Parts: sequence; C-alpha cells; structure tokens
Amino acid sequence: MILFWGLAIVLIGSAVWVVAAKKPVHSVVGLLLHFAALAILYLSLSAEFLAVVQIIVYSGAILVLFLFVIALLSSGVAPFSMGPNRMPKAAVPAAILALIALGLFVYGVSRGVPAHPVPIAAAAPVGPVGAPGVFGSVADFGRALFTANLLPFEITAFILMVAVVGVVLLAGDAAPYVPSRKRARRAEREMREAALRGGDTQ
Amino acid sequence: MTQTLLPVALANYVGLSAVIFFIGVAGVMLRRNPLVMLMSIELMWNAANLLFLAFARAWMNDAGHIFAFLVITVAAAEAAIGLAIVVAVFRTARNVDVDEVALMKG
Repeated sequence: MILFWGLAIVLIGSAVWVVAAKKPVHSVVGLLLHFAALAILYLSLSAEFLAVVQIIVYSGAILVLFLFVIALLSSGVAPFSMGPNRMPKAAVPAAILALIALGLFVYGVSRGVPAHPVPIAAAAPVGPVGAPGVFGSVADFGRALFTANLLPFEITAFILMVAVVGVVLLAGDAAPYVPSRKRARRAEREMREAALRGGDTQ
Repeated sequence: MTQTLLPVALANYVGLSAVIFFIGVAGVMLRRNPLVMLMSIELMWNAANLLFLAFARAWMNDAGHIFAFLVITVAAAEAAIGLAIVVAVFRTARNVDVDEVALMKG
C-alpha cells in the first residue's frame, strides 16, 4: 500500500514534469522516470512479463527514438525553438476542459467500480514471482498468447511491419514518391509518342 | 493459496489512471511542440495500460495482459510513425510548431 501511494506520487509528478518541462529532453527524462515507476507498479500487479516489456520497449526503444529525433532536429541548420511553447490563450480553457473531463470520470467511477463479474474461485493463485501456474507468470502469459490469442499476436506482427514500411516511406528519403520533373516530362513524352505511333499504325 | 486481493482498492488504480490520462490530455492541448505532444500521447497509452493490468489482476483474467501487450505494440508503432511524420514535416517546412505548420489547410 505504501508502495502504491509512493509510486502514484512519482507517476503523477513525472507526468506533470513531462508536460511542463521547457525542453523536450527534460520531458524524455520525466517520461523515463514515469515508465520505470509504472514497471514497478506492474510488478506489484503480478504482470511481470509486461513490466519487463515496459522497460525494454518504452525505456529502451521508444525513448531512444525520441532522443534521436530531438538530436536530429536540433542539429539542423535551423534549430527550432524549444522554448516554453505554450498557448497562453488556450491554457485556461484547456485546463478547465481537462478538469471537467476528470470530474466526470471521477463521478462515473465513484458510482461504483465493477466487481468481479464471474466467480474467480478457479483462478490461478497469486504466489511467488515467476513460478508457472501462478497468475501473471511468463509461462502462463506465453501460453495464453500463443494458443487462444494467436491471431491478435499475428496482427501485432503485421502492424509492426506496416509501421516499419510507413516510417521508411515517410522519413527514409527526402521525397520518395514525387518523381523529378525531368523524369515526369520524359514519361509524358514517351506516352505521347507511344500514342502517336499507335495512331499511325491504325 | 488463492489470493485475489489487490494491494489497494481497485478504485485507486482507476483514479490514478484517470489523473495520468488527463495530464496527458492537458499536454496535448497545451503544448505546441509535436514531440512533447507525442510524449503526452504515450502517457495516455500507459494510463490505459495500467487500467488493463489492474482489472486483469482484480478479476484474475489473463486477457488484460494480452490486451496490454497489444497496446504496447500499437503505441510503439504509433510513436515511430509520429516521429517520422515530425521529421518529414521538419524537412519540408523547417518548422515543427504545430500552429505554424498548415500544409493541409485548404
């Protein structure tokens, strides 16, 4: 319980830091702290595989990607302004909207969080971390992922492939799909000549 | 021994998740730097994930774990695509202020 409240404070504080930091690099550091605390919280929820995935995928891959992009954009000829960059006019309405939405959410939750919908007597026991047969263990997660949920897993692979192709198309070359004017003109001329030849033979 | 009690009541997890989610919402609305906006979106993804895992633990159901795994994957794909778009926009417009970039304005 102390763990939960301590982590809650860290999570909220680092989230505020992410949003309020002046430099994006500081936001990344806040996000790193956030993800680390979240991984510990996942462990306390006996989701050990996802805690590890959280560290590897988020802290290891996504944050590094953010850092690379920040470095790339900051090293260009025209370093873009990394200032506070806030919209003073929109701040108050946005904060009010967010608070209203949060209030609605809290009201909805306060009317009762759904309890166990099914009897859970047959559920796997919660025990020491890592033992197979224990709820949330890597073995059980893997079995669930590769048997009953194989199709979502395969769809995941497809999503990642599409993302990779999309990223290469978007950022791999300066303008991958726009043919040069010379090439376009040549193609047009060839098409016209082909049409003329076709007209001659008829 | 079958133990189904959470460390704290489920409503606390829901509340924490909501607070983090709306901090992310505020970040998207308030900041004009697309990188910080993307990071705020990551905060929202993670708030949703926390909820999935809390309910999975409370109901002793593996499906929440599977779904959280899918969410992490989609979030990774989204971050990659989003950052590629930021880089592409920066190349053409030399500017990443989302209020200044209006290429698609009719």
